[in-house]
Amino acid sequence: MDWPFLSDTLSELLTAVPLTLELGVISLLFGTAFALLLALMRLSQRPLLSGTAQFYIFLIRGTPLLVQMFLIYYGLSQYAAIRHSFVWPLLRQPYWCAVLALSLNTAAYVAEVVRGGLLTVPHGQIEAARACGMSSLLMFRRIIMPQAIRQALPAYGNEIILLVKATSLASVITLMEITGVAARVIAESYRTVEVFIIAGAIYLVINFLLTKLVTITEYKLTPHLRQPAQARKAD
Amino acid sequence: MNQSGFLDIIAFGPTGWGAALVDGAAMTVAIAISGFLLGGVIGLLSAWAKIAGGNALQMVANGYTTIFRGVPELLIIYLFYFGGSALVSWIAGHFGATGFVGLPGYLAGSLAIGAISGAFHTEIFRGAYLVVNPGEIEAARACGMSRMLRLRRIIAPLTLRNALPGLGNVWQMVLKDSALVSVTGAVDILRQAQIGAGSTGLPFDFFFIAAALYLAISTASAVMLRVSERRLQRGVRRG
Repeated sequence: MDWPFLSDTLSELLTAVPLTLELGVISLLFGTAFALLLALMRLSQRPLLSGTAQFYIFLIRGTPLLVQMFLIYYGLSQYAAIRHSFVWPLLRQPYWCAVLALSLNTAAYVAEVVRGGLLTVPHGQIEAARACGMSSLLMFRRIIMPQAIRQALPAYGNEIILLVKATSLASVITLMEITGVAARVIAESYRTVEVFIIAGAIYLVINFLLTKLVTITEYKLTPHLRQPAQARKAD
Repeated sequence: MNQSGFLDIIAFGPTGWGAALVDGAAMTVAIAISGFLLGGVIGLLSAWAKIAGGNALQMVANGYTTIFRGVPELLIIYLFYFGGSALVSWIAGHFGATGFVGLPGYLAGSLAIGAISGAFHTEIFRGAYLVVNPGEIEAARACGMSRMLRLRRIIAPLTLRNALPGLGNVWQMVLKDSALVSVTGAVDILRQAQIGAGSTGLPFDFFFIAAALYLAISTASAVMLRVSERRLQRGVRRG
């Protein structure tokens, strides 16, 4: 075992962790907001809205993320109209292209999760809320959302893990996040297995912590499913 | 940069990219199918280890599925491509070759995709086996079926039927992951589109075509899957 090489590689890979997390968090925020919109469109009574959302989800889920990223990063620059528009300062940077691709991609997957969560809210509760005279917005905030979030949380956790894994593709469009740095170290040292073990371990730790975070949130959000203190003592 | 129209690009013939793109699609499908089949074999063995194996086997299988489901696919492809090439170079060195011997992208890619999908296959097979009604296995035993006969006539068909929807999801995932193999130089749809984009200066057109090809393949396989699912569901009472 070549400990100096391992510790050097570890410290080099750790410097790339913030970029991976940053890409993940920003894309998750944008993606979730967009997913909420998509889910509501998908559940809308208007065929135009629900059809558009359905078609978008079909397109995104049927094509690889890397193709979507290339379309945005390389493809959009083909058009002079985009190169001269106000979005160009953002779109010519690989960072924002990666964020855009990751957000658009994760939104399609999360939208289905959110839709599933919204559909589990029993119809009787919605009727009861209406009967109490709640406005649509209040009903959504107080009745539908809290229950939908609880239902959707485990599946949402899976999507977060998938998103963390997906950030690795940003390395293909020149961003040096964990996988990008790992590929560079492998190319320099030819020590594939060692570098893979360290980089893989970093990802596993990140994903493990995220899974724990989701489990804790789920526990906090479901006090009504826990056994009361006395009953637990009796076990 | 010559300004060719969209239809000129996808045309077949000396100036069109149609034939090249079809070749790329064939490569994508080949990588995806070999990866999926390899993953199926790995998944069966590893699901068997998880269900019936001793402590050591279970630990190995659990470690395998945790690592290969939790680490980015791209990193695993790098492991197989660079690691495989290093291994081949080392072996070739013993036969007198010098320097770096590259593993073909197709081979490294299929092995990597197989290893990744194997981890997902494992969970699908395990879940599908666990929901097979124990009564059916008991009945088979009561009929005096031998172990192998029971596996072949009762357990395998029922497990496969339960596993089919999950296997369809794994296939869709494998198909999309196969695009990552283009980083090793295997000339699949995405690599072909990159080559075309580079030589014509029309990246959007080419990546758009690539996206359309992936969409066509995944839609076609989804339709086939739905048909076979319905076929396998014959004889299942609903509700």
